[in-house]
Amino acid sequence: MNELQLAPIAASEYAGEVDKLFWVMNALTVVFTIIVMALIAFLAVRYRKGTNVDRSNPTTHNTLLEMTWTLPALVLGLGVFTWSSRLFADVYTPPKNAREVFVIGKQWMWHAQHSDGIRENNEIHVPVNNPVKLSMISQDVIHAFYVPEFRIQRHVEPGRYTSMWFTPTRIGKYRAYCNVYCGTQHSEMGGWVVVQSREDFEKWQAGGGGRPFYPGGISTPNGDLSLAQTGGTLFRKYQCASCHVDGPKGSAKGGSLVGLYKSLRQLSDGSKVVADEGYIRSAILNPNDVRLANSTGSMPAYRGSLSESEVIALIAYIKDIGSGKPLEGGRPDSVAPAANTNSQQWRYMYGGEQYQ
Amino acid sequence: MSTATLKDVAKSHDKVKEPLNYLNATNTIKSWLFTVDHKRIAIMYLVAVSVAFLLGGLAAGMIRVELTVPKGQFLTNDAYNKVFTAHGVIMIFFFLIPAVPAVLGNFILPLMLGARDLAFPRLNLLSLYVYSAALVMGLAAIIGGGVDTGWTFYTPYSSVYSNSNVALTIMAAFVAGFSSIFTGLNFIVTIHKMRAPGMTWFKMPLFAWAMYATSVIIMLGTPVVAITLALVVVERTLGFGIFSPEIGGDPVLFQHLFWFYSHPAVYIMVLPAMGVINEVIAANSKKRIFGYEFVAFSTMAIAVFGFIVWGHHMFASSQSMYLGLVFSVLSFLVAVPSAVKIFNWATTMYKGSVELTSHMLYAFGFLGLFTIGGLTGLYLSSLATDIHLTATYFVVAHFHYVMVGGTAMGFLAGLHFWWPKMTGRMYNEVWGKVSAVLVFLGFNLTFLPQFVVGYLGMPRRYHFYPPEFQLWHVMSTGGAFVLGVGFLLPVIYLLHSLKHGEQAGNNPWRAVGLEWLTTSPPDTHNFHEVPVVTWEAYEYFQESHHGGDVGPSRFPFDDEAVHVSSDEEVHV
Repeated sequence: MNELQLAPIAASEYAGEVDKLFWVMNALTVVFTIIVMALIAFLAVRYRKGTNVDRSNPTTHNTLLEMTWTLPALVLGLGVFTWSSRLFADVYTPPKNAREVFVIGKQWMWHAQHSDGIRENNEIHVPVNNPVKLSMISQDVIHAFYVPEFRIQRHVEPGRYTSMWFTPTRIGKYRAYCNVYCGTQHSEMGGWVVVQSREDFEKWQAGGGGRPFYPGGISTPNGDLSLAQTGGTLFRKYQCASCHVDGPKGSAKGGSLVGLYKSLRQLSDGSKVVADEGYIRSAILNPNDVRLANSTGSMPAYRGSLSESEVIALIAYIKDIGSGKPLEGGRPDSVAPAANTNSQQWRYMYGGEQYQ
Repeated sequence: MSTATLKDVAKSHDKVKEPLNYLNATNTIKSWLFTVDHKRIAIMYLVAVSVAFLLGGLAAGMIRVELTVPKGQFLTNDAYNKVFTAHGVIMIFFFLIPAVPAVLGNFILPLMLGARDLAFPRLNLLSLYVYSAALVMGLAAIIGGGVDTGWTFYTPYSSVYSNSNVALTIMAAFVAGFSSIFTGLNFIVTIHKMRAPGMTWFKMPLFAWAMYATSVIIMLGTPVVAITLALVVVERTLGFGIFSPEIGGDPVLFQHLFWFYSHPAVYIMVLPAMGVINEVIAANSKKRIFGYEFVAFSTMAIAVFGFIVWGHHMFASSQSMYLGLVFSVLSFLVAVPSAVKIFNWATTMYKGSVELTSHMLYAFGFLGLFTIGGLTGLYLSSLATDIHLTATYFVVAHFHYVMVGGTAMGFLAGLHFWWPKMTGRMYNEVWGKVSAVLVFLGFNLTFLPQFVVGYLGMPRRYHFYPPEFQLWHVMSTGGAFVLGVGFLLPVIYLLHSLKHGEQAGNNPWRAVGLEWLTTSPPDTHNFHEVPVVTWEAYEYFQESHHGGDVGPSRFPFDDEAVHVSSDEEVHV
């Protein structure tokens, strides 16, 4: 048994801000609870049956008195609401310069894909003092990615990207939990967010992460491909290029994908949508759900033939089309992960052992 | 030997003396199974919900023992998941929702209104049978393999992935919903149509207002959850894509539909308990509830507001930020009527004559625990703190403060308050007080540590957990055993009172209310003559329109009139 801990470490900018609000709310809670309990104790003792006290002219209603406790409660409540909502609005929208990491949740592990091609299982390495955006999706049921030291969590849902962001401010290893019940090994679905100094992080990056290579990535004799490069390879493998050429024009069949990301699309049902990650994912997997106004409807649905990991790589590639980045490898090969047994996962999460 | 004979003589003497009442009027099994008497149905409901509570409590005990060590004591992952699901399903659908309305409401509401029975006595009996069928289905699902989804049945885990008895459990919850609907319908019609002459809406006891508000929520909310749960079964068994994205559905749609009922369901569980607290505090302070109209209106306000705050369960989901802001501010607003009630209950004692009976101690427990439960709810309506605390043990602690500290304490307060009316016997007051204190202390010892460990980041529904949280879990388990003893004591001394308790008399607490005018236990037809109400609710003395005390109560107390003024007290 360890010593008593009363507050978790605050390891992100947001954690510090939330803690201020949390302790103010604690103070209010304690004050209100004491007022109520003291009032009850005082009245129950003073007016208990048989005491010799003045009971003349008892009041049974008093609107002014009702208002003196209703209005302050209302004002304090709305004050806390305003403070809290401003914090939430900040933490809801990731900043533009955030480092994006894709996270796939599945029963019962986390898989992370960095844009430079590094893939990790149950660990995410990030540099300190740099905002990080996690773009997350589930391959099966609903999960949630939760890091108490960052005071933040978000559901990871199948069929839809969600995101969360944080700026880690403290070097260290912090537990990441799954926090939506997801089945047998729910309590073992987790891992670590590893916050490193800029130098250590770059060293880790240069070494290819030193992490097990996850199936679905592509190795070349020169090393692993970046996420967008992997997407480019898949783009050709699945013959996307026969309709959507990479250039600015596009063929007769499919439109050009240059500049697609974040553009406004007119759909056949008359609505307009912004082509974000979620739109591109639907357009690949279920094109008829987001059919364009001028589309011939001949795009085949890739539902069932692509994994979420491949879709993420394709999206990274489509976002990159036209940016003129060279298709280069450069990461050394990594080794395949060992079998993931129940007890091993437990030791990894809670027993202080490294994942092999 | 001679003493035994004397006792026997005394007993038979008692039996001879005992007048006919609803309990001894007939005593065949058939006369119980086919009764349409609301009082007998309430007693059978009491037995059923007590069994459910003990089974749910057993599951809670298993959870607490299992969590004393980080790697588990004796359960596998799957077994643990099934035990916490069983705890939630049994406690929510088979204890918390029916406890106060179906037991205390069923028994007391018609008596309070001066009615001979509920409006639809056969529907009432059907409600009991439907509930019992649901309980049997639920227990069959749990014993015959178990279900591991959690009581919230989140999709697509429940509709596609879980390999357990999901469909049968969901059908049990679905069927149990109908027993609530029948009870709610019965209460609404009874309150509208069967009040005694002179009992206007604003002369009704606040318990009747609470039953009315609860019934409205039941009638509007339960059909929605019934359909939602049915859709889960349809997706699970027939493969229609409703909630699973793999077959074209939306998993978050389930959460919207589920919480649209299940948040108001919190008020289905807690409003009746608040109703009980009104009666207990007024009767034990010999005072009219402070701000009767405020309390009546805030009860209805809670019922209405309760329907527009469901999205606060989904702040961490893919729900949009703007939706989150709206649900957050509405949740802060719903806290206000609850706060109003707490202060009204406390100030009712001002210039009263407070009797510290065991049911009053339970009511004090309610006030303290519900205050903490309500205030910690604000951490979860507040967006920024919620996305840290949601789905952790902080939430577990919060809703236990509301559900156990609120509903279960209110139920026990009401059971002790009306027990003499229901059975005609007095229980042992000393043991009653011991139990109330043990429940209060044990409860706090169990759940205060969970607020801390939740803030530290301990997720709920975790079988294994990091070793640094262990001490908090051990404290919690220790408290759970004190709490368990506190809950078992009433079972013993209440049952004991059935044979050995003193005769209660019509109005042992000298309380105002039509239920205290009839005999204890009441006659099968409740009243020998139709009562006419000429007094205000909780009229312990007459007041002038300006709130002054002008004379004795018009309520016909059977012995001396209860008139508490400073002059009289001096002489006492």
